[in-house]
Amino acid sequence: MTTANVYQQRPTTGARAESSLHHADLASLVGKGRKNAGVIVREKKLLGHLTLRGDGHDAAFAAGVHKALGIELPGALSVVVKGETSLQWMGPDEWLLIVPSGEEFAAEQQLREALGDLHIAIVNVSGGQQLLELSGPNVRQVLMKSTSYDVHPNNFPVGKAVGTVFAKSQLMIRHTAEDTWELLIRRSFSDYWWLWLQDASAEYGLSVQA
Amino acid sequence: MSQTNRLSNGGRIDRNKVLSFTFNGQTYKGFEGDTLAAALIANGVDIIGRSFKYSRPRGIFAAGAEEPNAILQIGATEATQIPNVRATQQALYQGLVATSTNGWPSVNNDMMGILGKVGGKLMPPGFYYKTFMYPQSFWMTYEKYIRKAAGLGRSPTENDPDTYDYMNQHCDVLIVGAGPAGLAAALAVARSGARVILADEQEEFGGSLLDSRESLDGKPAMEWVASVLAELKNTPDVLLLPRATVNGYHDHNFLTIHERLTDHLGDRAPIGQVRQRIHRVRAKRVVLATGACERPLVYGNNDVPGNMLAGAVSTYVRRYGVAPGKKLVLSTNNDHAYRVALDWLDASLQVVAIADARSNPRGALVEEARAKGIRILTGSAVIEVRGSKRVTAARVAAIDVKAHAVTSPGEWLDCDLVASSGGYSPVVHLASHLGGKPIWREDILGFVPGEAPQKRVCVGGVNGVYALGDSLADGFEGGVRAAAEAGFQTVEGVLPKALSRVEEPTLALFQVPHEKNSARAPKQFVDLQNDVTAGGIELATREGFESVEHVKRYTALGFGTDQGKLGNVNGLAIAARSLNVSIPQMGTTMFRPNYTPVTFGAVAGRHCGHIFEPVRYTALHAWHVKNGAEFEDVGQWKRPWYFPKNGEDLHAAVKRECKAVRDSVGLLDASTLGKIDIQGPDAREFLNRVYTNAWTKLDVGKARYGLMCKEDGMVFDDGVTACLADNHFVMTTTTGGAARVLQWLELYHQTEWPEMKVYFTSVTDHWATMTLSGPNSRKLLSAVTDIDLSNEAFPFMTWKEGLVGEVPARVFRISFTGELSYEVNVQADYAMGVLEKIVEAGKQYNLTPYGTETMHVLRAEKGFIIVGQDTDGSMTPDDLNMGWCVGRTKPFSWIGQRGMNREDCVRDQRKQLVGLKPIDPTKWLPEGAQLVFNTKQAIPMSMVGHVTSSYAHNSLGYSFAMGVVKGGLKRMGERVFAPLADGSVIEAEIVSSVFFDPKGERQNI
Amino acid sequence: MLHIFCPHCFELRSEEEFHASGQAHIPRPLDPNACTDEEWGDYMFFRDNPRGLHHELWDHVAGCRQYFNVTRDTVTYEILESYKIGEKPQFTDKAGTAKTATTALGEKV
Repeated sequence: MTTANVYQQRPTTGARAESSLHHADLASLVGKGRKNAGVIVREKKLLGHLTLRGDGHDAAFAAGVHKALGIELPGALSVVVKGETSLQWMGPDEWLLIVPSGEEFAAEQQLREALGDLHIAIVNVSGGQQLLELSGPNVRQVLMKSTSYDVHPNNFPVGKAVGTVFAKSQLMIRHTAEDTWELLIRRSFSDYWWLWLQDASAEYGLSVQA
Repeated sequence: MSQTNRLSNGGRIDRNKVLSFTFNGQTYKGFEGDTLAAALIANGVDIIGRSFKYSRPRGIFAAGAEEPNAILQIGATEATQIPNVRATQQALYQGLVATSTNGWPSVNNDMMGILGKVGGKLMPPGFYYKTFMYPQSFWMTYEKYIRKAAGLGRSPTENDPDTYDYMNQHCDVLIVGAGPAGLAAALAVARSGARVILADEQEEFGGSLLDSRESLDGKPAMEWVASVLAELKNTPDVLLLPRATVNGYHDHNFLTIHERLTDHLGDRAPIGQVRQRIHRVRAKRVVLATGACERPLVYGNNDVPGNMLAGAVSTYVRRYGVAPGKKLVLSTNNDHAYRVALDWLDASLQVVAIADARSNPRGALVEEARAKGIRILTGSAVIEVRGSKRVTAARVAAIDVKAHAVTSPGEWLDCDLVASSGGYSPVVHLASHLGGKPIWREDILGFVPGEAPQKRVCVGGVNGVYALGDSLADGFEGGVRAAAEAGFQTVEGVLPKALSRVEEPTLALFQVPHEKNSARAPKQFVDLQNDVTAGGIELATREGFESVEHVKRYTALGFGTDQGKLGNVNGLAIAARSLNVSIPQMGTTMFRPNYTPVTFGAVAGRHCGHIFEPVRYTALHAWHVKNGAEFEDVGQWKRPWYFPKNGEDLHAAVKRECKAVRDSVGLLDASTLGKIDIQGPDAREFLNRVYTNAWTKLDVGKARYGLMCKEDGMVFDDGVTACLADNHFVMTTTTGGAARVLQWLELYHQTEWPEMKVYFTSVTDHWATMTLSGPNSRKLLSAVTDIDLSNEAFPFMTWKEGLVGEVPARVFRISFTGELSYEVNVQADYAMGVLEKIVEAGKQYNLTPYGTETMHVLRAEKGFIIVGQDTDGSMTPDDLNMGWCVGRTKPFSWIGQRGMNREDCVRDQRKQLVGLKPIDPTKWLPEGAQLVFNTKQAIPMSMVGHVTSSYAHNSLGYSFAMGVVKGGLKRMGERVFAPLADGSVIEAEIVSSVFFDPKGERQNI
Repeated sequence: MLHIFCPHCFELRSEEEFHASGQAHIPRPLDPNACTDEEWGDYMFFRDNPRGLHHELWDHVAGCRQYFNVTRDTVTYEILESYKIGEKPQFTDKAGTAKTATTALGEKV
C-alpha cells in the first residue's frame, strides 16, 4: 500500500520544454531595451517547484525538512535562499520549495523519506508557475503601481515574501536583494503579467536579461 | 488681442513666457503661471458660460476649487476632450483650447436665455420632480433638451491617447493642504523621521500665503514657504505632491489623491509620461489642513459677471497680476476682507466704497483702510446690482440684520466689480466623508470637523484657526501630535513670527435683506452652479421640506461637482431663518467623495485596452492560434471555440468537428479544467463529505464522477476524481469553478473539520490536458505511448502512468463525449512537444481539433450536464435526474444531504431536466426560451420551465435541446411549447435527455 | 477600503486581499439530518444584522489562504480584533468597545 503517488513528471530524455513566456520570446529582446533601463526583467524558468504541506508547530516536521534540505523551516512571510534552492513560507502549513530544474523528483523523495509517517503533502507544481526576477532602480515604483502591499524597505526587507494582489490578480512577491525582487507567477497568467510589466515600467524603460 | 486687464507688474507669473490659447474659438494670450481663469480675466472676457437652469450669463466668480461658473470643456482634439474643468484650477499652457460647457448655441446669444426669462417661472425648484417625472413618457422628450442646455460637458468620442495610472502609497502621516498650517505640520512630521506625504491641489505650495499681504519674520511670507520646501525636499521619505487633490477619505485611513502630473504642460502628456495618477494612500495618521473657503453674501443679481468672491479679487491681483475690473465696491461682514480693498488700492485701482454690515467696525485692517481714505459705509451692504452682461452699478443701503430689513433707500454706486465676503467656511468635506458630523461654531460662524473614529488631526483654518501666527502654531503642534501617535519622536521647531493684529468678530449675515421678499426681489443666488436662489429655498421650506437633506434634494443645493463649497452655509442659514430655527438645529448635509471631479482616465488607470483584465492561456494556446481557432471567453480563460476550415462558419465547423469525433477521433484542450491534488489519510472521507456520492470503495487506479452540492442541496460543481494512491487523489472541477471549489474545500477543512488530516493544492496550471476522443483514439494514442491501452489492461474509468510522446504522462480513460476517450496529462512545460507528436500520429486518422462548442454539443447528445448552463443554483441531483449519483446511505451527513431532503426539494412538480425534441426537426429552440404546456391561455401564460441547452447543428441530424420542465421526468412523450418573442411557437416533445448511444456502449469499447 | 489584520501573516493588509465570508461562529450542526426544518432553516438562512459589534469570517485569499475571524463595529467600521478559527473573541456585544483595541492589532507604532 502506498500513501501517495510519487511520479517523475519531468522527462529525463531532453524533451523540449517551453516556459510560460515562451511565446514572448524574451531571449530575442535581450539587449534591445532602453540603455540604463529602470527595470530589468529576467525569467527564472523551468525550475523545480514543490508545494510542501505540514504542521509548522511540530518540531519533528521542521527537523525532517532540515534533515532533507539543510534549510531551517522559514517562519511567516520569509524566504530562505541557499544556493540555487529556496524555501518560502506560503501559509501556516504551507511552504514552497524551489530547486534547480530536474531535482524536484529527488527532493520529493528525500523529503518523504525524512518526514516518515508525519501527515504531510508534497505536490509537484513545476509546470504551473515560475519566477520572474525584476531588478533595477525603478522596480519599487513598478511594484507600487501594481500592488497595495507596502514595498518600502522598512516594511519589506530582503528575505521577505508575501502573497498579495498585483494589478487585477494575485501573486507572490519575494525580495531577494536590495534592488532585486522576484514575482512568483502562475503559468496561465504569465502573459498578463508580462503585458502589465511592460506597460507599468514604460516610463522608466524596461530591458530583458538572459 | 492685448491683455487689457493685466497689471503692469506683480504676480507669480513669467511675463517672458507668452502662451496663446483659445476660448470659444477666439485666440488670446496669457503668461506662464496663469490659470486659465486668470488669463481670461486678463483678456477682459466677462461671460464664461450660461447658468444651468435660468441660462443667465455668468463670469468667473472665484479663484479655486470652489468656482461655480467657469466650468469648461478643454481639449484641442476630439481624443483629448475633458469636460467639467474649472478654469480656476487649470494651468494655462501653449495651445490650450477651451469652450463653454453650457450656453447653447453660444454664450453671448443664448436660446435658453430667452426661455430663461419665461423659464424662470416655468422652472421653479422641484421642477424635475413635479413636471418631468409625470407622465414618464414625456421625460424622454424633455431630457434631450435639458441635458443639452445643462452644464454637463461631453466625453470624447475617440480613445484618450494618454496613459493614467495608480500608485499605492503608505505613509506614517499624510498632510492634506500645503498652506501655512499644512507646511508647519509637514516640518514637524518630517523632522520626526516619519514617512510623510504632503499633497495640495494647487499648482504651487503655499495656500493662502500665495497671495497674502502678510509677512513672516518681516519678510514676504513666500520666502518662508521656499525655505520649508527646501528642507522637506532634502528629507528622506518625504513625498511632495503639488497638483494633487485629496478627493476622498475612506475607511481605515485610506485616502485617494488625484494628481495631475502633466495637465499643465499641454493638451497631451509628453511622450512616455503619465498624465494623471491616483495615489491610493494608507496613512497611519492624517493631518487635515484643508483651510477655509470664503463664502459670498447673497444679494440681488449677485450672479451677474463682475460679482466676485472678495478673496478671489486679491488672488487675481496679487498672484496673477490681473485686475478683474476697474472700480470696486466691497461688501463685507468681517475684517479680513478689507485686505482686498487694500490690495486693490496698491494696484492703483479705484475703490468706490466698502459696505460693512457691522455698525461700528474698528479692527486694524478697517482702520488701515480708513486711514487710506477709502469710503466706508457701515451698517450697510450691497442690496442688489445692476447690469446684464457685466455689473454697472451696485446699490448700497443701510440694513437691519436682526429684523432682516432694509432701513434706507441707499444709493446706486457706479462700479464694475462687486466683491463680497460673508465670512469663512472651514473646508470640512474630507473630515465628513466618513459620516463625521460637523459642529457649528457660533464664534466663527462656520462648521468645524466633529468627532470621528478616523485617526486624524485637524489643524489651521479647517479648525477655525484663522490668524496666520495661530495657524502656523496649530499646524506645527498638530504635526508633532500626528508623528507621536504614529510612533515617532517629538521635535521642536521655531516658527516664524507673524504680525498679530486685532480682528473684530464677523457679523452673522448670509442673505442680505431686500425691500421685496425673496420671491419678488431680483434673484439672490445661493448656489450658482445649480442655480438655487434664496427664494427657491424658502419655497422648499414652505412646501414642507424641512429636513436639510430634503431641501437639498428639492432645490439641488450643493449637488454634484459643487458639493456645497460656496452655498452650503448660506443655504442652511436661509432655510433655518425661514423655519425659524438655528443653524445647528438645521444641521448640515452629507459631504461625499469626490471633493472635485476626477477623470475617467484616472479612475481606469492602466486597467484598459489589452490589460483591462487578466486573460489566461493554456500551454497549447499558440498551437490553437496557428490552427485558426476562434476563441471563447470562459471566465478569464481563452478557450478554442471552434476551428473553422476554408471559411466555415460556426455551424459548419461544429457539424464537421462533431462528425469527426463520432467517426474517427478529435482533440480537445481540456487544460482549463480545475485540478486539485488531495493528500492525507482522511482524503477519502473528506470526498465522502463534499461529494454527494460514495468514495469509500474507489480503488487506486480508478476514477469516478462526482456531484458537489451546497448545504441547501443544490448542485454547484461536478467533475471526475481519481484515486492516485490510498491517501492521494486528484480532483477535477469545472473551468469556472476551480478557485471556488478549492476555497470551498478549505472552508470546510479549516472551519468545520480541522481534525481531518488532508491537504488541498491547486495543480490546474501544472498539468496540461489533451483529450483524445472518438473510436480511433486508442489506435492513435498507441502510436505515441508505451502504455497498454487494451480494454482489459486499461478499462473505462481508470488511469495509467506512462510515456506519451516520450514525456511522462498520466492518462485518464474518462469520457465527456460518450466516445472512447483518453485524457492525456503532462507537465505543462512539455505539452507542446507532446501535442505535436500526437498531431503527427493523428494524420492518418483525420485527427480533428475541436473547441468548446463541439464539446457542448457532443456532451448534450449524451445528456451530460454542464454546471452553470443546465443548472442555476436551484437544482438538486434529483432535479437533474442524477439520483444515481447520490449516496443516500453514507454514514456521515454529507454536504447537501439535509438540504435536498427538505419538503420542497422532494415534491413531485419540481422542474426537472429532460430532453426536448422539436417536432419540426429543423427548428432550434432558443436557450432560455420559456416553456408552457398549453398555448391557448391568456398572457402572461403560466410558465412550466425553460430551455437550458439547445443545438441545431450536431451529429444527430436533427435539432435537439435540454431543458427543465415541471414534473418533466413523468411526462415523457408529452408536448411542451415555446412561445417566442416574434409570436411564433415551437412545439417539442419531452424525451429522455440521452439522445445518443443510450446504453453507453461506445465509451467502453 | 478596510485594513485587516491577518492573524496568520501577523500583518495589516488591504481589504482587496480578502474575501468576506459572512457571519462567524455559525457551526454546522453535528447531525444535520436530525435537525427540524426550523433548526435547519436557522442554520442556513438566518444571520444577525447588528448595529454595533459583529463577528465576521474572512478568508485571506491573496495571502496565506487561511480563514479567520474579525470583530468589526458596523457603525464605525472599526475592527477591534482578528482571531484564528477556534479562538474566542475578546470583544463581544456586551463587553462594550475598547477604543484602544486596534493599536494592539499589529499597527507598528
